[in-house]
Amino acid sequence: MAAPDLHALANPLRFQRFATVLTPWLLLPGLGLLGIGLWRGLFLAPPDYLQGDMVRIMYVHVPAAWFALGGYLGMAIAALSALVWKHPLAALSVRAIAPVGAMFAAICLITGSIWGKPSWGTWWVWDGRLTSMLVLFLLYLGVIALIHLHEDRARGLKMAGFLAIVGTINLPIIKFSVEWWNTLHQPASIRVSGSSIHPEMLAPLMLSALGFLLLFAALVLIRMRTLIAEQRLDMRALRRAARAG
Amino acid sequence: MSLFGKLIRRDLSLMAARPGEWLMPLAFFLLVALLLPFAIGPEPGLLARLAPGILWVGALLASLIPVSTLFAIDSADGTLDQLLVRGVAAETLAAARLIALWLGFGLPLLLAAPVASLMLGYPFGALRHLLPGLLAGALGLSALAIVAGSVTLGARGGAGLVALLVIPLAIPLLLFGSSPAEPGALGLAVATALLLAAVAPFAAGAALRASRG
Repeated sequence: MAAPDLHALANPLRFQRFATVLTPWLLLPGLGLLGIGLWRGLFLAPPDYLQGDMVRIMYVHVPAAWFALGGYLGMAIAALSALVWKHPLAALSVRAIAPVGAMFAAICLITGSIWGKPSWGTWWVWDGRLTSMLVLFLLYLGVIALIHLHEDRARGLKMAGFLAIVGTINLPIIKFSVEWWNTLHQPASIRVSGSSIHPEMLAPLMLSALGFLLLFAALVLIRMRTLIAEQRLDMRALRRAARAG
Repeated sequence: MSLFGKLIRRDLSLMAARPGEWLMPLAFFLLVALLLPFAIGPEPGLLARLAPGILWVGALLASLIPVSTLFAIDSADGTLDQLLVRGVAAETLAAARLIALWLGFGLPLLLAAPVASLMLGYPFGALRHLLPGLLAGALGLSALAIVAGSVTLGARGGAGLVALLVIPLAIPLLLFGSSPAEPGALGLAVATALLLAAVAPFAAGAALRASRG
């Protein structure tokens, strides 16, 4: 099969067919990789010399944090392309990504809190990274609320898109400001130049992260299909009403 | 007078005709400063230490009050449509509203802040560090207010929605502004406010156009 032409996918019906085929190919490997990653992370990987078994929560916490952030960026890019090219699917994907990203941010906050209790001795501290993840979660909630509180769906999507874009500009400032303000969280251990994590811990982390990524993509596709189907149902109801009237 | 100036003057004279619009946030700000001592106890040392934070939280909450009427009145009586049909750029409109709100909200705030700090026992000499930050902060808060006001135009959310939209975005302003003793914090507060003020008219303008459907 040739690579699908991206412009052809702009047609919602064609996208629908494409997404229907693609979803299981993302969902099943995603669940599989997540399962293997978590199995290796939770049972086979060595415990940390300092934190013992507590470190195992990392295999959930870190990927959730990555894709909560990445999801927000993706949502903002979708919002921007909806604004520039008036692409209907881009606008829909803002709505598809927002709750998934919010859920990932919530998972990150909850697992972080559970991790914080034994290692820092408290469920919550006003640390820079914790606070900026909380703000990210609130930004997601704002976008979701704005979508749903507009009577006109298309308008709600547009407005939420503007908010998401303004949020992207502000997000680095929020991150910088709260870290400047107070920081307890350890700095990132994995950088482009290399990692300070032992390979036996890094491998399951990467597997689990890849699983999270595929799962994220699958969930977004499923939501997109639902939203497109909803739209078509609405249109059909409108046409019927017009014929009946 | 340029169109931009005329729009600002119109907004300001409307504000003067409806004193509730600028008095209400002011009263709210003072009420926050009055309420906190009851909640945390009247110990003077503690109050003085908390004063910058209380004043900033008060200013942030007060800035939420005008949001729901910022564009809603003009939209309901058709003025907004008239201006846009005449070819006035929505961004110009939003920028004029931003400046008018800053003058109508920020300047009264600057007058009320010494009164509030008196109530909290905050040393008068320290005000000269706090007030410039508050004035710049009011610009940033006004910028967030016009964005929130334009994207919620026609939404059924009310005050809760506005708070949810503005508060997360206002956190850097609050952090930089409410620690006036830290070196460099004032500069960062001003920089953040200016960045928000530069971006907000474009976001709000686009949202105003989208709200006409």
